[in-house]
Amino acid sequence: MKFSDEFEARFAEMVPHYPTVRSALVPTLLYAQDEVGFLSDAVIAEIAGRLDLTELEVRNVISYYSMLTTKPRGKFHVQVCTNISCMVRGGEEILHHCAKKLGVGHKQTTPDGMFTLEEVECIGACSWAPAAQVNYDFHENLTAEKMDAVLEGYRTKTAR
Amino acid sequence: MADLVSHPDEVKVVSKRFGMGATVIDRYLELDGYKAVQKALAMEPDAIVNEVKNSGLRGRGGAGFSTGMKWSFVPKTAPKPKYVLCNGDESEPGTCKDRLIFEHDPHSVIEGVMIAGLAVGAKSGYIYIRGEYRYLSIIMQKAIRDAYAKGFIGKNIFDSGRDFDIYWHGGAGAYEVGEESALMESLEGKRGIPRIRPPFPAVVGLWGGPTVINNAETLANVPHIILGGGDWFAKLGTPKNGGTRLFCLSGNVAKPGVYELPMGYNLKKMIYEVGGGIPGGRKLKAVVPGGSSCPALTADEIDVGMDFDSVAKAGSMLGSGGVVIVDDEQCIVKFALRTMKFYKHESCGWCIPCREGTDWLEKTLTRFHNGGGMMKDIDNMQYLSENMLGRTFCPLGDAAAMPTIAFVKKFRKEFEDHLDGKPCPFEKAGAQERIPVLAH
Repeated sequence: MKFSDEFEARFAEMVPHYPTVRSALVPTLLYAQDEVGFLSDAVIAEIAGRLDLTELEVRNVISYYSMLTTKPRGKFHVQVCTNISCMVRGGEEILHHCAKKLGVGHKQTTPDGMFTLEEVECIGACSWAPAAQVNYDFHENLTAEKMDAVLEGYRTKTAR
Repeated sequence: MADLVSHPDEVKVVSKRFGMGATVIDRYLELDGYKAVQKALAMEPDAIVNEVKNSGLRGRGGAGFSTGMKWSFVPKTAPKPKYVLCNGDESEPGTCKDRLIFEHDPHSVIEGVMIAGLAVGAKSGYIYIRGEYRYLSIIMQKAIRDAYAKGFIGKNIFDSGRDFDIYWHGGAGAYEVGEESALMESLEGKRGIPRIRPPFPAVVGLWGGPTVINNAETLANVPHIILGGGDWFAKLGTPKNGGTRLFCLSGNVAKPGVYELPMGYNLKKMIYEVGGGIPGGRKLKAVVPGGSSCPALTADEIDVGMDFDSVAKAGSMLGSGGVVIVDDEQCIVKFALRTMKFYKHESCGWCIPCREGTDWLEKTLTRFHNGGGMMKDIDNMQYLSENMLGRTFCPLGDAAAMPTIAFVKKFRKEFEDHLDGKPCPFEKAGAQERIPVLAH
């Protein structure tokens, strides 16, 4: 299992911050996932080995955190918030709009592997609702038209 | 990057450097940055604790516990290292204030962590930021690196002969981790399951060492208290509720945004003057005053001062400062259902009353909102919620139960309007044509 130099530098910097190596687990998993796309068996085995844990212990942690996944996602992870502040300002409509536009439902990926749609819980954009995150980017004060432009923007990003 | 708003009634303390480029360390220094920690270095630890006690600063994460008091619980000597842990796992629905602090003034959090460390005798601090806030963790990592480069943190800080280290740590999506004991579990690389207390974190916390855990906004207030004095800070608010508060106005309000207002600011004024009222000629139906776990107030109950004690007296909680405004076109049953869906999703499953309670309440509310409700469900939901209260290791069970009880009690008629297979009276025409989102 080979990670990028950037990942290795980050990992090497992070581990000595804690009195126990295991403490680096959660951020390490997220950085590994960012690189590989999901937490594959190989990634899990590698990280378990590095942090002196069993694979089961690592899987046990992965299953707890909503951002971590053992299944591949599309290139762009479209996360639409429908929690209360977003809901009363049309968050559900944005989610349904994305579902219609992309032709996929909750936690499903478009056949071209471009987008995965997910209905998510509060992302901390309540005062700028309705909001969504695509990968780590926030998109706020959304309307259906704005959402179309957001999705189109990501689509052309890959075409370039 | 989130938009900033302003209003003449604002009293800017934690937000005073917002929009001023204070993420750059030299700019932060121009704006009185790192002066408070130097002042604190010359003070006795007890004097720091007393200053914060006198300020009336109470936990901004939601519980509203006296910060100075919390610090004073840390034993003077301990066999294991002591730690300061900043809780930046902001995830209470309706709350988006710590995000602005990290985005605009990360060094104030670093300074707050350092001062807390000096007060309790800790030599290192951790700043935990939720995983979704990746851009903020990048800002924070740079701020920490810059502070190390200047010699403000690390060995022999400000030539005082003392050492203090600060590290960043990231989450990966879990509301429960915002609870202090689950936060420590998460930082230790485990599932965020709460710990049984006692022992409390001040005695046995991170890796078994005494630990002070404060919310990011709480810590960002600390440098201002040290510089301006506890008395000054206390006078900004109401008795026993020192300072200001970042209120996150969201929902059906004309000018949503994060406003820094004095503690005790009238809620009605907050909605109608600061927030510009309810748009579209609609009327106010309910307000969730402090994030989704706080019981809703009806339109008749909003003449209340927004401080911990006044809101408690009104039967709710000031919570995390998330003021969610709901107009008369919204369905309370649906609102209650969405709230419960969240808690069901976030319950860690450790305690049975929370795990089963949130699941059954979500099932009942779903059936109810879809027209399959029965009269006895209404009382059952209240009964079930009341039996969750106080029966779990952490407050997530209470956080799910308390708003539900308020919805059922205060909006019973709306629940009754959903009975006998009637369609939801608030569902907009054409809503049924929406394509269903697949089950999860």
